[in-house]
Amino acid sequence: MAARTRSGQWAAWAFLAPVAVYLLVFYAYPLYRNVELSLRNYTVRSFVQGDAPFTGFANYIKIFGDATFGPALWHTVVFTVVSLAFQFGIGLALAVFFSRNFRLSATLRALFLVPWLLPLIVSASTWSWMLNSDSGVINVVLGAFGIDPVNWLTSPDWSLWSVTIANIWIGIPFNLVVLYSGLQGISPAIYEAAALDGAGGWQRFWKVTFPLLRPVSAITLLLGLVYTLKVFDLIWIMTKGGPSGSSTTFATWSYRLGFGNLVPSFGPGAAVGNLLIVMALIFGLIYIRVQRRQAHT
Amino acid sequence: MAGVSLAVLATAGGLVACSSTSGSESSSSASQAAGGGSYAVWDPYPQYDKSSEWVKLLEACGTQAGVKVERTSYDTSDLTNKALLAAQQGNSPDVLIVDNPVVSTLAEAGVLTTTEENKLDVSAIAPNLLAAGQSGGKTYGVPIGANTLALYYNKGVLEKAGVDIASVKDWPSLTAALEKVKGAGKKGITFSAIGTEEGSFQFLPWFWGSGAQLTKLDSAEGVSAVALWSDWLKKGYAPNSVINNTQTTSWQEFASGDFAFAENGTWQLANAKKAGFEYGIIPVPGKGGGTAPAPTGGEFVSIPVQQDTARYATSQKLVTCLTSPDNSLTTTTTLSYIAPTEAVQAKQVAATPDLKVWVDAVKAAKGRTSDDLGTKYPKISEPMWGGVQAALSGSKSPQEAMAAAQSAAASAVQ
Repeated sequence: MAARTRSGQWAAWAFLAPVAVYLLVFYAYPLYRNVELSLRNYTVRSFVQGDAPFTGFANYIKIFGDATFGPALWHTVVFTVVSLAFQFGIGLALAVFFSRNFRLSATLRALFLVPWLLPLIVSASTWSWMLNSDSGVINVVLGAFGIDPVNWLTSPDWSLWSVTIANIWIGIPFNLVVLYSGLQGISPAIYEAAALDGAGGWQRFWKVTFPLLRPVSAITLLLGLVYTLKVFDLIWIMTKGGPSGSSTTFATWSYRLGFGNLVPSFGPGAAVGNLLIVMALIFGLIYIRVQRRQAHT
Repeated sequence: MAGVSLAVLATAGGLVACSSTSGSESSSSASQAAGGGSYAVWDPYPQYDKSSEWVKLLEACGTQAGVKVERTSYDTSDLTNKALLAAQQGNSPDVLIVDNPVVSTLAEAGVLTTTEENKLDVSAIAPNLLAAGQSGGKTYGVPIGANTLALYYNKGVLEKAGVDIASVKDWPSLTAALEKVKGAGKKGITFSAIGTEEGSFQFLPWFWGSGAQLTKLDSAEGVSAVALWSDWLKKGYAPNSVINNTQTTSWQEFASGDFAFAENGTWQLANAKKAGFEYGIIPVPGKGGGTAPAPTGGEFVSIPVQQDTARYATSQKLVTCLTSPDNSLTTTTTLSYIAPTEAVQAKQVAATPDLKVWVDAVKAAKGRTSDDLGTKYPKISEPMWGGVQAALSGSKSPQEAMAAAQSAAASAVQ
């Protein structure tokens, strides 16, 4: 009997091993390396010789004291919150719209997926081309209405908004798809009952759709948040975080520190990256907590 | 859900950490290449394949030295990290060809041998070009060739605006020419002021041309260079898009045929011939006239540190072959560079008189890491391009922008 459990345990471990090894090699180790990188003072010399001195939280103190920190934090928050609000709002509106299943709705819905299907380099380059101050199509259209051209990507007042707008456009399909499938899960009988009780369109939305969609909304927002926090390629291609840092977020700042200079500063770069991870982690934990509380009630 | 958040952690964490994993593949290929009478050469010219003149030259040099050359080429932005990682693993290539501002970084990291150790002869090389590969009185490689920046101009546009190119000699006369061009309904000048090293590269001819030094960004001269650019933007002589222009997008603007001037490099010569309009080239003028020192581009051939120091002798033969006067003409013609030695420069001009202006520009040019700046340069360059961007985008005055850049640079180089 004991022998059989032991062999059963061995088998269990054997089955577990691939995923455990996978997690260790591809998740735990890079994460550990990133934390280690952020706690040592790496110079090019110590990087090659592997004798970077342990400096505790010096890299973190350095980035907290950096003039870029405050603006980058603010830009990250604005970029994330504004992107999420619009992506979710527009995505939900479209999802409700398409849930009525009119003629051609499937085709139209498929068209809305285009931003999602395009490689980011294509959409980001296209946006930066359209938003070009001198030859961009958007300024031409504005000009047709008698509005002065806007320096979308080259003015510190506008660059953050430009990348946010592009990011909203890219994020809408994801919200649309997830919320649409959430809507499919709501039984038509409930709507019918609400209609019989005399609920109008708005009431049906706020009293039926919205509350019943809450679990799906929560996961959509969380995934969107995590995705938006780390958006890097879009901003890098469109503005490089500029002009003069006006669209720098933690993600682009981390890259600039680690790779954007001839002399890389891996330590501070890793430290900024870790801050991003912590931010995503906090919201993940909040999500789990809220979900648990909902399950209890 | 735990799975999702974990996956997210890994993607965000991978941002910096992934650099350490990519080392293993490149190092194994290097160690294979190093074994059995074959010598590993890394270059940043992925555009040249096996049938190209460049690779043929490499192979010929290998045959001459009695070894087989194993060549690997990387994208130039990749090569620095690859070289650092290979050194970390003890698998450096035998010969490494890198962009000149990187030499001081690799030297600082202890990756490269000095000419004392590897016995390379650099006596014929123009001192202003060699300086980019020198730090602390030691030389870490041989320039394979050089390129630099100058002003391309569109003859048709200037003619219509009534500008005689011979009158453009200094900043005021250039600005006056731009004014005329704008008055004639055309566009003035385009350049690249993007927030990367490229932006600094393009700004330096004006910065140095004002007489400013990189050790003091906010000197009156330095501020005047930024003010020149920001005035051009304010007056509409240069488009606002320069703030986001790379050198390639800036070239595309010029190639549209609307612009009178464009600041760009030797490497656009072939494209200029295809542009479909008559063009000419003048050196970037200094503030009060003369040729402004433009930064040098182009690579250095270096010999990385090896455990087996006996390999240096053969590596030295390879490098000498690549940079010898006979082969230098082939090399520089293949790579469309200006040769680093006066003798070969003269041969180049004799063969292609168009290159005269570039040879002059290269003679006046200056390495970014010269003046013993070495690894301090990148720490100065980043605040400098930031300052230029702040001034051009109007978020700060030129004076404020450069003062802020100077204080950032001063604290970074400490």
